[in-house]
Parts: sequence; structure tokens; C-alpha cells
Amino acid sequence: MTYQLETAAHPEKLRRVAIDPVSRVEGHGKVTILLDDQNKVHQVRLHIVEFRGFEKFIQGRPYWEVPVMVQRLCGICPVSHHLAASKALDVIVGAQRISPTAEKLRRLMHYGQMLQSHALHFFHLCSPDLLFGFDSDITRRNIVGVAAAHPETARRGVLLRKFGQEVIRVTAGKRVHGTGSVPGGVNKLLTVAERDELLKEIYHVIQWSREAVHLIQKVHTQDPGLYNSFGIFRSNFMSLVGHNGDLDFYHGTLRARDDNGAKIFDGVDYQQYDKYIEEEVRPWSYMKFPYFRAIGKEHGWYKVGPLARVQNCDQISTPFAEHERKEFVDYAGGTPMHAPLAYHWTRMIEMLHAAETIKDLLHDDDLLAGEMVVQGERRMDGVGVIEAPRGTLFHHYRVDENDLVTMANLIVSTTNNNQAMNEAIRHVARRYLHGREITEGLLNHIEVAIRAFDPCLSCATHALGKMPLAVELVDPDGSVVHQLSRS
Amino acid sequence: MNQHFMLDGRSIPFEEGQTILQAAEHAGVFIPHLCYHPEFKPHGSCKLCTVKVNGRHTASCTMRAVAGMSVESDTEEINAERRALTQMLFVEGNHFCPSCEKSGNCQLQATAYHLGMMSPHFDHFFPNRPVDASHPDVLLDFNRCILCSLCVRASRDVDGKNVFALSGRGIGTHLIVNAKSGRLADTDFALSDKAAQVCPVGVILKKRQGFAVPIGERRYDKAPLGEPVDTTEGR
Repeated sequence: MTYQLETAAHPEKLRRVAIDPVSRVEGHGKVTILLDDQNKVHQVRLHIVEFRGFEKFIQGRPYWEVPVMVQRLCGICPVSHHLAASKALDVIVGAQRISPTAEKLRRLMHYGQMLQSHALHFFHLCSPDLLFGFDSDITRRNIVGVAAAHPETARRGVLLRKFGQEVIRVTAGKRVHGTGSVPGGVNKLLTVAERDELLKEIYHVIQWSREAVHLIQKVHTQDPGLYNSFGIFRSNFMSLVGHNGDLDFYHGTLRARDDNGAKIFDGVDYQQYDKYIEEEVRPWSYMKFPYFRAIGKEHGWYKVGPLARVQNCDQISTPFAEHERKEFVDYAGGTPMHAPLAYHWTRMIEMLHAAETIKDLLHDDDLLAGEMVVQGERRMDGVGVIEAPRGTLFHHYRVDENDLVTMANLIVSTTNNNQAMNEAIRHVARRYLHGREITEGLLNHIEVAIRAFDPCLSCATHALGKMPLAVELVDPDGSVVHQLSRS
Repeated sequence: MNQHFMLDGRSIPFEEGQTILQAAEHAGVFIPHLCYHPEFKPHGSCKLCTVKVNGRHTASCTMRAVAGMSVESDTEEINAERRALTQMLFVEGNHFCPSCEKSGNCQLQATAYHLGMMSPHFDHFFPNRPVDASHPDVLLDFNRCILCSLCVRASRDVDGKNVFALSGRGIGTHLIVNAKSGRLADTDFALSDKAAQVCPVGVILKKRQGFAVPIGERRYDKAPLGEPVDTTEGR
């Protein structure tokens, strides 16, 4: 846990390589690498170059607008922001416990989102690297190439995502940026027709999800030399865990472990998150660097997301996913797996759990009738935390006596993984780029490491497969010595 | 009702004293409008209901119907003018439909859909208009005011309170609250007032209501305004 390669000692004499923008990720970021004359790597940084400002412009707005406004942070997992904000505002409107109907509908919406987001990431964004190789022919290394070589895999990817989007539509009103969750509950029930339509598909969805787990498990275990070591670094990890230590994406308490798996804290009420987590600002990135207060800046950073969650929980409540979790834990040998590429495997286990949970919820009649909204004693301050597809997401608001927001603090999933992603690409740069001539294939190794975390760099969506990538090697005097581009 | 005039080639019956807009509505023909409300005297300010009568532009909410007159309304030329007016209304205020609780219930938004408005076209003014959240039951979000004056007329003519007024002139015209402090909390305004019910956009809002009505069940989700205008004509 060191900051090696974060800042070069004498940057003025080094050449700069930029991967700008990083492709096949959500949002917009860039990587810069500083090299000397022998192509030795001196500095590697993942920069987040977008400035968003949601925390500022939500101030002065009425609180009931917040869940609908802040979800515009993202077009891929807006439901996470919609629900995290709603959970914070549940506290504000005094709904310490929302009704069973409301909680189950929100949970259905969220698990639908987990399914669609994980499917999108695995099939559309990452399967080209995993199926063809990191430095394979760039003209095939995309979802169109996957569709040509593995048509059934590509088709399932599309259909899994579509199913998840349908779950969101019937619960939120729209596939993207709906309004279903409101402070204190939800604004609509599920109809019998909507439920039956989803039930027709859910068993295929579960089966395809199982097969997706087996596909990535096979890819991973067939090449342990690569998959167990690529971009590896050891770190703490954190997630929500549910009742009895279950894997839970919607609600629970905070648990953190160190790199050996020993608990740092557990059972923490997330209303107290700021007693446990602090954020550091560094001058070269718009994204903050969070860390555990108890451990400090240097060693207190951590990772979140599927790899953290699946290893942090004690068990998974649905049988197929629990079976796959045990397989994964056995493979890891009883100690935490830290390899970034294992994110893919755990992500598919989570997708399977989401599918199984959706099936269970669809058989629950509470979705069709019951109390939608509850309220209680009004409060001024509320925190909402949820496990978004990419990891733990914090929303914290203060609301004045006139119902206007006076303070907003968001720690989004990708921010929690900031240091972790930087560590992964530094490891890859040392291992693959150091002393070698830079090629597009080698630079893609850096991107593969970033993609493993499924970062949402701005929490914004961009046109798939159309991101241009331009890499320039620039001499210390500023002249371009080598150029690579794709469009 | 034995008198008629022609509207876009269709014969429209009317009673003495009816305006073109009233007669058209009665006959089931939609003419876009924002400041007109059947319960109030016409204001003629938004100009969305502009038609051509015997070749000359006029507001159909103020122009009385006359037997034999020839009125053009649903034409490419007039709809383009209405679209431009609507775009100007959008850029003069801060109309952020994606997070506005009035979305789906908003007459300005529904009018924009009806007219096939695809973009604001003009540069946004982005005016700085703080909200007034001082009243316990009602929020005033001036960002969305289109100066239709319906709240002014309702408060003055129905509620007898004169809570609202338009102040300033020309481009500086803006809605104000008639209190020394300028705050709604310092008036006798009540949620049950007629003025609290007539805002066609999202300025006068019942507090803590927000998004209680789901997408698909909002007013214009169920009944869009008129038939959508064909915006492909003449392209």
C-alpha cells in the first residue's frame, strides 16, 4: 500500500503518453504515463476530467425533487442515485421504516438495475477483451466482433440487459430516469399484467446468468497465471452487508475488512459514515480519495464493488448464487482474492443473485397491494447508502425548516475505488509497459485493468463503441514522436 | 347558434360575444394557448393563440368571432411562429423538465410537445431567480414563470386577496408577491385559494407533493394537447 508511481521525481525530463479518453467505460477519464528515454515508467495516473457539481446545484432546491434530479448523474445506474437519495430523504421525512410493499418494490427496481448494469458491463464492454485477448486485433475487439464470433453470447447479453431495463420500467415508470421512488416510499404498485410479463422471462434470465458465471469462471481458471496476477494489489475492502451477514444490495450496515480478511469495523449504522470515512483531495484529479479514518490516508484506502461484496458477506441468500460464491471462495483458497480480473467473476455471481432475487420478489403479493408511503417526525439531516453496481454509494443531505436542501455530500462508488484503480494501472504499467515500445495493445492492458472495476467515471453515459482513442508520445520539447488513434 | 365562421376550411358555429378561441374550443378544435383560461377574462399576452383573420395576425383569445370571417390556425407558418414563441418562453426562464415535478402536468411542456419543439433553439438566459419556500404549504419557484398572470387574476378576481402582481416592464417584467418583505409567508395566501390551482407551469406548487403521481398517470400523459403538429411539412 504505497503511492509509488503516483508522482515522478523529475517530471520535466520525461515523455508523456496519454490515453484520452479511456474507452469502453462509463463516462470520461484519461490516463497519463510519464516515461524516460528507455521507456521506463515514472508516473501513472488515472484522471477524472469531468466536473459535475451536483452537490452544489442541489442546494436551495426542495427536498422532494432530489431523488429525481440527482439520478441525472448517470444514465447507466440512475436507479442507484434515485434510491440512495430516497433512502436519505426517508430519514428526513421520518420514515425510519418504509412499508414492506415500498421496500420490496424499491428492491425489485434496484435488483433489475444490478442485472442490467452487470450484463451491460460484462457482455458489451468487457467480453471483447476476455474472449479475444487484451492485445487481439483491435478491429474485432468490440461487441460487434463478439456478435460475429459468439452470436449466442452477444444475444444473451442484449436480452439480459433488456430484461433488467423492463424491471426498472415497471417499477420506476421509465427505463432510464424514472420517478418510482419518493421520500417515504414509492408512487406505484406493480400490476398483475406487469408481474406476469416478467415472470415469463425470469427463468431464462436465471439460466443465462448461471451460464455467464460458468463462462467467466472457465476463462479465469484456464489462465490463472494471468487472471490471478494482472494488476494485482492488496487493499482493504468495504460494503454494506444485510441481515445475518447476507449479501444485500439495497440495505444493511457497513462492514470493512483488511487485506487479510480481518474485520476493521462491522455493523456500522451508515448514518454515522463520516465518523469512519474521510475524503482526501489531491491537486491532479477532480475525484476525491476516500480512506478509513481509523487507519489514515496512506494505508486506509479500500476497494468496493462486486469483488469486495462477495468476499465481505457471510453468505448469499439465493441457492444458485450461494453455490457459485462457495466455488469462488474455494478457488481463492480461504483468503481474500485481490486480483482485479476477479471482479468479473464476482460480478456475474452478483448478476445471478439479482436474477434469483427478482424471481422471489415477483412471487410476493406485497408488490401488488399495500401502503406505498409512510411519514413520521421530520428531521433535518439524513444519509442514504446503497450498494450500486459499482460499489457502495453514499448520499447525505441537510434540509432546512422551509424544506430546502442546504447541504449535499455524495461519495459515489467509483470514488471509493479511486486509489484502487490507480494502484491497478500502476501495477500493469510496471509489469507490461516498463522498458518496452508502446503499442495500442499494450495500452489496452491499462484500460483492461480500469474496466475490471466497471468505473463510472463521470456517472454519465456515452455512445457505446464510438469513443475515439488517441494516444500521443510527446518529447520533452513538446513535439509528437509517435501517434496512434482509433475512431 | 346559427352564425358561423371558417377555421382552416371548417365551418365553426358561435354565439354572439364568443371569441374565436372559445368558439373553436366549443367545436372541439384545439388552438394552442397558455395565458387563456375559460374562467377568467382574456389577457392576450402569451400570443400562442395567434391566428390569421382575413390575412392579419391577431390573438384568438381576444378577437370576437364574426360571421363569415376566414381564420387560419393550424398552418405551417403559424405553427412555426408558435414554436418560436414557445422556445423563447423556455429560454427566458429556467425550465428543467427532467427534474421538474410538474413534468407531465405542465401546459408549457405539453404545448412544446404538441408543436414539435425539438430544442430551445435560442441561447438560454439562465436568470437567477431564487425560490420562495417561506410559506408552510406552498412553494413558489419563479424559475418557471411565463408571466401568464393567471395567478394575478385569480387572486384578485376570485380570492379577493391581490397576493400576486407583475412588476417591471418589457424584458424586466417579473412576478412578485404583494408583501413588504416580498415573501409569500407574509401574505394571507392559502393552499385552498383559486390562485394556488391555476398555474399552468411549475411555479405555484403544493409542498411535499413532488412526484407522488407516477409517470403515465399525469394529465398530459393520458391526454396530450390536441393532435401533434406535423413538423415535417415544407422540409
